[in-house]
Amino acid sequence: MPTVVAAALCGIIFGFGLIISGMAQPAKVLNFLDIFGRWDPSLALVMIAALAVSSVGYALVRRRERPLFAPQGMCRAKRDIDAPLVVGSGLFGIGWGLVGLCPGPALVDLATLSPKVILFVIAMAAGMVAHRWWREAIRLEPSPAAAPSPAIDG
Amino acid sequence: MTDFTPVSALIGGSLIGLAATLLMLLTGRIAGISGILAGTLTLAGGDKAWRYAFIAGLIVSPLIGALIGLQLEEPRMPSSWAVIVVAGLLVGFGSRLGGGCTSGHGVCGIARLSPRSIVATLIFMGTAMMVVFVSRHGLGM
Repeated sequence: MPTVVAAALCGIIFGFGLIISGMAQPAKVLNFLDIFGRWDPSLALVMIAALAVSSVGYALVRRRERPLFAPQGMCRAKRDIDAPLVVGSGLFGIGWGLVGLCPGPALVDLATLSPKVILFVIAMAAGMVAHRWWREAIRLEPSPAAAPSPAIDG
Repeated sequence: MTDFTPVSALIGGSLIGLAATLLMLLTGRIAGISGILAGTLTLAGGDKAWRYAFIAGLIVSPLIGALIGLQLEEPRMPSSWAVIVVAGLLVGFGSRLGGGCTSGHGVCGIARLSPRSIVATLIFMGTAMMVVFVSRHGLGM
């Protein structure tokens, strides 16, 4: 239970950060990406400030054996560079550049009830589910004999 | 157009860094929004409650913010619905294939000096800048 309350609080603080910084406004993000137009460098300062706080914060937190409210250890993420990383980041960048929304700001902007934001979030969720299906499909492909028999409902 | 807003950018950015630090300190998790959201959609079984809570916090943050005077601007979106759908699909699929988005790679990963996240961030910023260049200034026009 404390983990759930902590996660909700972190989500709210993260959302405040996106709103205050202006990053919930896709036009502001696009104006950062438009380096040959009327460039708005705000996003760079948002990242610098976020990195300044989180790099010090992570370094301090890492000294601990485990989190305050959870039994498992601190998450360790992958560090290697592979083809999916490169291709996936490229595809993500194309989508980001088309609209100026990435997952965090898209979720925050749902509160405006803008139909276009709602549509973007539905498409984004569909893309995530599609990735999952595709991963399952290629995982099963090499050995069709090992594929599980179709599940029987009920 | 939008104005350069250095002070609010630094304050907002610090809060994002604080949220990422607190999530690691309290729950041991990385504040990667795409990964957290995808987990609520595709994970079977447990380990979902904290994900729902974080996403819910993010979604209600503008409503709580409004109580303390934080104003969320109406987002300016492109006119084409088709572009929005394609962009949403690419952001969803690409962030999962690449293992993270602006928050997971751009903030949490770079904060740990992960080479993977530095490369990912350079790639998605580069491609996004190219897309904006082509859509706003055209090619050779």
